Amino acid sequence: MQKTWRSATLAAYTLAILAFLYLPLLILTLYSFNDSRINAVWTGFTLKWYASLMTNDRVLEALTNSLIVASITTVVSTVMGTFAALALHRYQYRCRTFLNSLLYLPILIPEIVMGLSLLILFSQTGVPLGKPTLIIAHITFCLSFVIITVGARLEGSRDDLEEAAGDLYATPWQAFRYITLPMILPGIIAGALMAFTLSIDDFVISFFVAGPDSTTLPLYIYAMVKRGISPQINALSTCMMTVTVSLVVISQLLQMKSYHASRKD
Amino acid sequence: MKRGKLLVVPAMGWLSLFFALPLLIVVVVSFASRTAYGQVVFNWTLANYIRFFEPLYMTIFATTIVTALGTTLLTFAMGYPVAYTIAMILPKKWQQAGIILVMIPFWINFLIRSFAWVIILRSQGVVNTILLHLGLIQKPLTLLYNDAAVLLGMVYALLPFMVLPIYVSLEQMDKRLLEAASDLGAPPVTAFRRITLPLTMPGVAAGSILVFISSLGMFVVPDIMGGAKSALIGNIIQNQFLAARDWPFGSALSIILALLALVMILLYYKALQAQKGGQAHAKNLA
Repeated sequence: MQKTWRSATLAAYTLAILAFLYLPLLILTLYSFNDSRINAVWTGFTLKWYASLMTNDRVLEALTNSLIVASITTVVSTVMGTFAALALHRYQYRCRTFLNSLLYLPILIPEIVMGLSLLILFSQTGVPLGKPTLIIAHITFCLSFVIITVGARLEGSRDDLEEAAGDLYATPWQAFRYITLPMILPGIIAGALMAFTLSIDDFVISFFVAGPDSTTLPLYIYAMVKRGISPQINALSTCMMTVTVSLVVISQLLQMKSYHASRKD
Repeated sequence: MKRGKLLVVPAMGWLSLFFALPLLIVVVVSFASRTAYGQVVFNWTLANYIRFFEPLYMTIFATTIVTALGTTLLTFAMGYPVAYTIAMILPKKWQQAGIILVMIPFWINFLIRSFAWVIILRSQGVVNTILLHLGLIQKPLTLLYNDAAVLLGMVYALLPFMVLPIYVSLEQMDKRLLEAASDLGAPPVTAFRRITLPLTMPGVAAGSILVFISSLGMFVVPDIMGGAKSALIGNIIQNQFLAARDWPFGSALSIILALLALVMILLYYKALQAQKGGQAHAKNLA
């Protein structure tokens, strides 16, 4: 009896915390459909803020920029990251500590420090800020996440199958193409989705290295928030949240699936 | 040398060029000065680090540390029961869904999440509108642009960071220990205090480090939710690179910030190693 009480209390507490986490986001979404421009009184349902986003050239430009940067970042960081994860999994390196520092420090260092360090690099070497610098910065902070995600999948996979393929006279390329690649593909896709999400969502680092022609969606939202409250921000934020949450859920489902698959082996 | 070994080169070369090298440049710039026009002059001076000890910056630094500590304590108090409920009370098949539910908001931009609170707390926001309609207040309360709002925003932003590591350590804990304790007549509270809490301390430490370090460098939340007086070290750094254009001073501040973060992480690893050593020792004795 006492035990059920304890569980009920804990469950209620957890639900309250979940409400604390989700209510602000729900309210933000709700008010993106509110007709009133200035205050929080509900004056009717409308889609006009969404419609106004569609005709706002600067929003469309920011969207295009975000998609270009995120796509290139995803492809480059996934390819380089997968190669590195494979090599780190398979071979012994004498400079392992150095490689590990290079791998984990970008995650541990405060984002603001990484952002301003890249700004200093670009300005001291005379590289003008724009989409290329933005893409370079995004690849830099995505790489570690891709390497770690693919690496985790490699840890859970079997090495003996590729050896068996070798014994059966498969070339190293064939062994990779038909054994290793299919086995780690869920990890690669999860890593790619993560890179895309991190890139499309990034504000802090982009804030330092974006140029006037390379405003991304988060940078545009920041400028809007600084200028004043408008329901357009709610609509744009809601769109971004929907994209982020969908990407995260897909990537989590993939990782869960690959986790269960590796358990079954 | 096998050719496959070279596959690591593109990624690590990239990180050397665009992560390690820029950091080194920041270190160098932190010992430089600036001209009246904001140009960087390399003249090896400690002036930027000495300036950090001026009362103005010391106060901001202290505020940053206090805010970070407050955020860590609050997220712990809020996060531990949540992690416990998911790991120990929820049926096994719902656990993963539970932890994903906690983690999803974490993936949404800090900017958007801070803005959500602006909608709720501003003078014409949700809370004030409701209170005015109920007749509980006559004029809007100032809920935003103060230190409490910054703390709220930080806790909101970083709570998932605390829950995840605690959840992982609870999940990995050997549950038979609790059965043993109960068989030996320990009431649940004692079992929790003597077994669960000590065994999940590594998770608590990891969560605290993650939250503490993230709040040290945070500038989005105070920028959106804080007032003119609630600037933290992150805002000062941001300001040196934008309005003030004093890059050498901004670099020195960010080196201090980064070193602080790295020292915390090193201490955490040392403590973890010591605990692992202790556990191994205890096992040998048993």
